[in-house]
Amino acid sequence: MGQELFRLKAHEIRGAIRRGETTATEVTQSVLGRIGAVEGKVQAYTEIWGDYAQQRAADIDRRIKAGEDPGPLAGVPIGLKDNYCTTEGTTGCCSKILKGFRSPYNGTVVEKLLDAGAVFLGKLNMDEFAMGSSTENSSVQKTRNPWNLRCVPGGSSGGAAAGIAAHEAAVTMGSDTGGSIRQPAALCGCLGLKPTYGRVSRYGLVAFASSLDQIGPFTKDAEDMALIMGVIAGRDPRDSTSADIPVPDYSKALRDDIKGLRIGLPKECFTDALGAEMREKILAAVEVLKAQGAQVVEVSLPHTEYAIAVYYIICTAEASANLARFDGVRYGYRHPDAKSVEDMYRLSKSHGYGPEVQRRIMLGTYVLSSGYYDAYYLKAQKVRALIKKDFEDAFQSCDIIATPTTPTPAFEFGAKTDDPLEMYLSDIYTSSINLAGIPGMSIPCGLTASKLPAGLQLLGKPFDEETLIRVAYAYEKHSGWERADAPIT
Amino acid sequence: MSRITEKDVDYVAGLAQLVLDGPTKAKMVKDLGEILGYIDKLNELDTTGVEPMMHVLDMSNVYRQDVVGESLTQDQALKNAPKTDGAYFLVPRILDGEH
Amino acid sequence: MEYEAVIGMEVHVEINTKSKVFCACNNDFHAPPNTHVCPVCLGMPGVLPVLNIGMVEASVAVGLALNCKISRWSKMDRKNYFYPDLAKNYQISQYDLPLCHDGEMEIDIEGGTKRIGITRAHMEEDTARNTHTIGTRESGVDFNRCGVPLLEIVTEPDIRSADEAFAYLTALKQILQYLDVSDCNMEEGSLRAEANISIRPKGTVEFGTKTEVKNVASFSGVHKAIDFEIRRQRAALDKGDAIVQETRGWDADKGITFVQRSKESAHDYRYFPDPDLVPVVVDEAWEQRIRESLPELPRARNHRFQAEYALSPYDAGVVTSTRAMADYYEATVKAGAPAKLAANWIMGDLQGMLVERKLDIAQCPVTAASLGEMIRLIEDGTINGKIAKDLLPEMIDSGKSADLLVKEKGLVQISDRGELEAIVRGVLDANPGPVEDFKAGKDRAKGFLVGQIMKATKGKGNPKLVNEILERLLAS
Repeated sequence: MGQELFRLKAHEIRGAIRRGETTATEVTQSVLGRIGAVEGKVQAYTEIWGDYAQQRAADIDRRIKAGEDPGPLAGVPIGLKDNYCTTEGTTGCCSKILKGFRSPYNGTVVEKLLDAGAVFLGKLNMDEFAMGSSTENSSVQKTRNPWNLRCVPGGSSGGAAAGIAAHEAAVTMGSDTGGSIRQPAALCGCLGLKPTYGRVSRYGLVAFASSLDQIGPFTKDAEDMALIMGVIAGRDPRDSTSADIPVPDYSKALRDDIKGLRIGLPKECFTDALGAEMREKILAAVEVLKAQGAQVVEVSLPHTEYAIAVYYIICTAEASANLARFDGVRYGYRHPDAKSVEDMYRLSKSHGYGPEVQRRIMLGTYVLSSGYYDAYYLKAQKVRALIKKDFEDAFQSCDIIATPTTPTPAFEFGAKTDDPLEMYLSDIYTSSINLAGIPGMSIPCGLTASKLPAGLQLLGKPFDEETLIRVAYAYEKHSGWERADAPIT
Repeated sequence: MSRITEKDVDYVAGLAQLVLDGPTKAKMVKDLGEILGYIDKLNELDTTGVEPMMHVLDMSNVYRQDVVGESLTQDQALKNAPKTDGAYFLVPRILDGEH
Repeated sequence: MEYEAVIGMEVHVEINTKSKVFCACNNDFHAPPNTHVCPVCLGMPGVLPVLNIGMVEASVAVGLALNCKISRWSKMDRKNYFYPDLAKNYQISQYDLPLCHDGEMEIDIEGGTKRIGITRAHMEEDTARNTHTIGTRESGVDFNRCGVPLLEIVTEPDIRSADEAFAYLTALKQILQYLDVSDCNMEEGSLRAEANISIRPKGTVEFGTKTEVKNVASFSGVHKAIDFEIRRQRAALDKGDAIVQETRGWDADKGITFVQRSKESAHDYRYFPDPDLVPVVVDEAWEQRIRESLPELPRARNHRFQAEYALSPYDAGVVTSTRAMADYYEATVKAGAPAKLAANWIMGDLQGMLVERKLDIAQCPVTAASLGEMIRLIEDGTINGKIAKDLLPEMIDSGKSADLLVKEKGLVQISDRGELEAIVRGVLDANPGPVEDFKAGKDRAKGFLVGQIMKATKGKGNPKLVNEILERLLAS
């Protein structure tokens, strides 16, 4: 094999190890070497588990030698967002309040990946408790976009997106509540999938907004997406909201055939709010698909403009309860001056949470408080039902929907930190997908003039991740974007 | 036309167990006011007769069987606690009737 | 002025499923602190609740026993407040759509019966236990109890006195124990009762301001606390004071209620549907299956025993006081014992002996069949009542059957006329004095002679025959 094993995709690593062309140890060392080389610039990882990863790789190599089946992801180096509960290392959600927390259990997806033979490399940076769109809300560090180090990687899974774009892992795992996988994937030029709500277990993912959160992968191509989904999807008895729907063989979706596929373009996503350059990139990508026999139809999602308002009511309401548990009693930060129970809560929380988390807890507490429930939370759940219905109606006339993932490419550090509302509005194309519970994938669709990636968002019917993978695969075969690689060494 | 007052912010901070110092509180009043102003968009929509969404998936009756499984050991349970006596989690003294 | 009390009860019952309500931890918090805990009930980051089906079925059973309507569709909600005994700082409970609602229960009151409306019964999770060591500035928290399934049962304000409240609690506990869903041990907190109490001028319909009395450790404590509170409110109103809406505790030593929390510090619980849990849908078929599995309930059984076994209301009440005793009684009767005799033996001697030995009837070493056989031996004259009274403790302690013990010890009573007559003659010959006394009209002398005869037969003389022979010989 060549020197740069770290550039390989997961399915290539899997094949090469199985054929005996390389070993898990060689791959792991190569990726760890790459991390050593670029991490100073990118700062994707908050924790790097070098020794653990090498031991784990050695163990997998031993098992292969002994003739055992090491699993479908044997030797694939994977990074995990810091909100995945792992018994290895710490799980801190990049918050001061949870710093140093050592989970006594592994989440379901973590267990599934381990059973499949994955080699974990460490924990990836994120906006504190996944609240943010630039990873600037991390209490640990700033992650830089490998395409342009002055720019943010997006968020909240910014470490996961930047890490894979810089080849610091073959696959990274993130979470998406309102765009936290798709938006950074678009800004960093990789694939990011938010599966259907209920497709992948949330057990062991530190909750932000329970009715919106989903775990999903960042990959370098569509084939890896199929590979990872085959491992992580499925019903989990520990998650009441995980769906009891059979998991298809996603590798069957890897066929270059989209003839007759109907692609819906929602007119509400192509208004003047979308910059001319992004519009051009998206429409060009759609042309590639059309050239392969897909048909384009216009659809309408009339309640799109209300999505962000609904999203920020529901996600903050749920978060205000989900984050209440960080109180300094059983784990996490307790302020040293706490002399009473009340002090313990107030001092620990006020010093433990960053400003954005406090803002969202305040908003969520407010919308649920006595006298406001009907006006905000109940109203939001009604409009949420309308948004879901919009998608059901649109899918009557198309098989997938295509939109931009973001209105603009990556922006510079500090550009939106002073104005929370403006930051919230950058979720414009992504948050309604979580509200409707449907699957969404961002795939890279070229570079802007300033050499920053643009992302095409593909949306599917509930539990139809296969079609998204199939379209991504076909696009990959005919677009040529695959050759684009972040200019970082 | 602030839609949220400093008094509202104090009340909500009390519920959320947060203490906001002067400048933080002022910024909170401003930020929440702007966000709530944006959220008011929803009032444009007549939602009479619309059933609020309860679950995005149409699921019901998901249960566990009543079977005892594994628990943590005491050490594992207490491992992350800021303060324990080796058996109990310790907190500043709770006054009777606080709740 | 004459006042009338208006009382509603809220009862929290810990349901005795094997595992906790949202996780697989052992539902038994009598273990070393923080050993029946897991990431879920400790509220660790990333965990999710999954509802125990046993809790749903037990709750529906209680609802049906309380004549409630069972919600076809209900949901779990989050009740948000901060307290160190609450792992997640929200409690999973049911807010606007409880599993059971609009039921009623019949209780006995002086001179008749009364219906108490059941507003609702809903599922929730119990909290941890805080311990306070005197003289320290810290409290300890044990999460073993956190996540124990809890059913909250709320009545309409239909109760008018402490006596009625006591009768309600007694009847409710009896139903819960019949259903075998809880041990209802108030001292240990597996049943906790709170009373909402107000008074109003008799004949008016508007409610007065209510106070809530909590933290009472026994039914009699509840009775006393309600009595006290009614007197306190009456005195306040008579003086022209207003009643303050507040939560009051009960000081059992001083026999008074005291302010715990006033309404000003009432909580804003910010209830909303728990997105981690899916709706509970109990269709007619499921409800019917649970209904069919219900045991015969105490009142029905009481009435049936009166009708079927001709028991007095008092006797029927005692033998149906627990399901175990009622089962034992019926099995004793089925084993051939006459109904009234069986009730007497069980309520009297057997119960007394079990209490002495600190045993519950469910643990009684004498099976109902064995007791029935013993009673049959009395009935057919094999043994007499006095021997039976001595026999029963031996049966309890040895576990042997009446038949076996009678044979082993030769306790069969002497019913042979010739044998008995010889013994009686011997006693009369040996006691000429008392015989003379009797003939002189001193009836007491006969008792002495019977005693002597029984002594001579080692208590085995058939009492009826002895009497008959003695009277004949004395008269001759």
